[in-house]
Amino acid sequence: MAAPLVLALVAAVTVRAALFRSSLAAFISERVEVASPLNAWQRVVEGLALLDLGVSPYSGAVFHETPLMIYLFHFLIEYAELVFMVSGLASSDSLWSFSLVQFKKQKLLIELDKYASDVAELIRTPMEMHYIPLKVALCYLLNPYTVMSCVAKSTCSINNTVIAFFVLATIKGSAFLSAIFLALATYQSLYPVTLFAPALLYLLQRQFIPVKLKSKSFWLYTMQYAALYLCSLVVIICLSFFLLNSWDFIPAVYGFILSVPDLTPNIGLFWYFFAEMFEHFSLFFVCVFQINVFFYTVPLAVKLKEHPMFFMFVQLAIISIFKSYPTVGDVALYMAFLPVWSHLYRFLQNIFILSCVIVFCSLLFPVLWHLWIYAGSANSNFYYAITLAFNVGQILLISDYFYAFLRREYYLTHGLYLQRQDGTEAMLVLK
Amino acid sequence: ELLLSPLPAGGIAATFQFRTRWDAAPGRVSHYRLFPKALGQLVAARGVRELHLALTQGFWRTRIWGQPPLQAPAGAELWVWFQDTVADVDKAWKELSNILSGIFCASLNFIDSTNSVTPTASFKPLGLANGTDHRLLRYAVLPREVVCTENLTPWKKLLPCGSKAGLAVLLKAERLFHSSYHSQAVHIRPICRDASCQAVSWELRQTLTVVFENFSGTQGKKDWSLFKMFSRTITEACPLASQSKIYVDTSVKDKELVEVTPSPTSLHEAIVQGEKRTYAVYDLLSPSLFNTSRSLNVQLKMTWPQDMELSTPVLHAHRYVSGYGLQTGKISTLIYNTHPYRAFPVILLETVPWYLRLYVHTLTIITKGKENKPSYIHYQPAQDRRRPHLLEMLIQLPANSVTKITIQFERALLKWTEYPPDPNHGFYFLPPSGALVPSVIAMKELDMEQSPLFTSL
Repeated sequence: MAAPLVLALVAAVTVRAALFRSSLAAFISERVEVASPLNAWQRVVEGLALLDLGVSPYSGAVFHETPLMIYLFHFLIEYAELVFMVSGLASSDSLWSFSLVQFKKQKLLIELDKYASDVAELIRTPMEMHYIPLKVALCYLLNPYTVMSCVAKSTCSINNTVIAFFVLATIKGSAFLSAIFLALATYQSLYPVTLFAPALLYLLQRQFIPVKLKSKSFWLYTMQYAALYLCSLVVIICLSFFLLNSWDFIPAVYGFILSVPDLTPNIGLFWYFFAEMFEHFSLFFVCVFQINVFFYTVPLAVKLKEHPMFFMFVQLAIISIFKSYPTVGDVALYMAFLPVWSHLYRFLQNIFILSCVIVFCSLLFPVLWHLWIYAGSANSNFYYAITLAFNVGQILLISDYFYAFLRREYYLTHGLYLQRQDGTEAMLVLK
Repeated sequence: ELLLSPLPAGGIAATFQFRTRWDAAPGRVSHYRLFPKALGQLVAARGVRELHLALTQGFWRTRIWGQPPLQAPAGAELWVWFQDTVADVDKAWKELSNILSGIFCASLNFIDSTNSVTPTASFKPLGLANGTDHRLLRYAVLPREVVCTENLTPWKKLLPCGSKAGLAVLLKAERLFHSSYHSQAVHIRPICRDASCQAVSWELRQTLTVVFENFSGTQGKKDWSLFKMFSRTITEACPLASQSKIYVDTSVKDKELVEVTPSPTSLHEAIVQGEKRTYAVYDLLSPSLFNTSRSLNVQLKMTWPQDMELSTPVLHAHRYVSGYGLQTGKISTLIYNTHPYRAFPVILLETVPWYLRLYVHTLTIITKGKENKPSYIHYQPAQDRRRPHLLEMLIQLPANSVTKITIQFERALLKWTEYPPDPNHGFYFLPPSGALVPSVIAMKELDMEQSPLFTSL
């Protein structure tokens, strides 16, 4: 099992190294789909240049990385390419181990004989499962989105690594490491705070603590985990304060993420709306748009409380769709989880159309960008139309997976061949 | 004073300068005498120490016209030193620009925090000043500003005689704006009242420079007169003036080629910017001038040598924006130092609006193929919708060299309300401002004091 993984790693390193050396690297790093104002490499270099000039990097409107990131690259600027490659490999490795662990769970459930009798064909064979970790690793390593975001040296791939480590720590049941990595991820890009819910649910499940609001052990464990998380967050933020000796980074990083002042086009939904909106509505709509990311956590937590890992995946996808400055690197992270749910293919309804939409939109991004910015024969509406189509594609894909998951769970407990009371075959209708 | 000087490329530059002195400390007396009351009250109420406002149309082509008598960028330029008693400089600056906007009918009210900066090294007070705390300085340029008659009329009203008598009768709008370059300016500064410098006076200097280019005849013959240029002649000096003179630059290598009529009252020799120059002087206060014809129409006929080499000025700069598309671009500035053996230190001031995001790590300064490290650099990055980029550099220009300064920028996507009117104009880049460092400025000012236009009181 390890040999193919090593092979995949070698292939991924080769592709990245070749692209770093080619003339494509400069082109890719300028792409707005790959590098957002939040994580563009050019802006990291600018922040370091400002620091060298003795100006606070946060005094301008260009730099929005966290202080820890400045210091990471302050020492590693020479090895930046290496850092990004290693971060890519590390995240794929942790995703690989994650998927290994994931399948031990299913065995357990079968042993418990919880499922209905006629669902054997829904349960994955060990043969299928054997290859899934490798598929996950490949899906992350050789995904063009990941490769581009690594070649553009977008710090998004570092955030992905942190999140992957967090997922791995969670699934291994280490509450301490999980809380630390979650705090780091939150510190980096704020939105992963919503991953607190699935992580907590998973850890509770591992400890065999029932999720009941009246149970004392539930609250005790929740408090423990929350305290761990908050403590590490406070420590990290204080550390950043002492590094630069100012709180400037709070408005420059988190204020920037929440209030969306920089309207550079990206694959997200924000920029066009706020460029075209009447000024006095913009505060209201910023709130509406931002609530989207946090809003779905509660209903999903209620619905998927037995399946925290699927919840984690859906939440990651929601973050990458609704965050204020998304890049393709974020999309790549949740796409790496898709092979884990390969047993849902049978229930997916329009996977073919949706994959086509996403592929074609990805190809159309640079075309319409060129028409708008360079050829002058299009305008921002064209580019935004593609952004919209891309995001609709993503949303439908996620909801497709969500319904497929629910259907499979239903069939697992009720049997695959449902019958109505009068004996005819029943249709399952999702409402 | 009026200085008329032929330009090497076949045009003629006319520079007017009117000086009014106000022997009173502002605030105490409300008797303004010749000093315009509007400006006097403004200086007193807003705690202004020095005020410099220039409205310019067109570009001074330094490479072919030589050094300009008065520097000003295209559009409107305003820089003000406030008194150190002013508590809130930004508020005073806002009010001042709005009042000036009213006085001069110019769009100076568009000066706000997004286009004004506080340079640390580029400007020095030109008048008497103790202490140069740059926090009291504000500088702004509006490159879109179009200068026209409505700006000239209030400017003329500030003169003691208006445009009724003296040199100001020549200022006829339809001729002045039918020119290649037009720049009018107002400078207020405190000066010494006498040699002992016991008391402080306020000096108001109003200057106006125009360049006419359509007088070159055939075969390098040039023939112009006051009437041809301004379609007016001078009939008398302003009765209120203590000094009123016209200088005509007659310094050409070959004396026979120039012919000035009527014969000047005196000749004046001066060294301007390191060159020896001869001026024919007409003193309008001497009664003999108007005895014969009741009006003065200075005429100059000259044959321009065909093969005269253009004497390139010692320092000049050239600037352009490169790159295509609307995403990124590059500003390049070329500074030439043609002096054969002297190196000049130069302070360069760049103000770039916030919607062009500068990347200071891409700043390169290359002289003769090698990197030239600035000995002083001050950079203040922009904040979206709040303040512009400010970059000041002290650069050594070696003798006989070209220095190329480039910096990359990225265009920001604006909200629909943030686009300027007339989108067909595109966006304007602010001109950079270069200044020589103090040691050289002192030398330059010495030069200027000898030149007739700048004779200090």
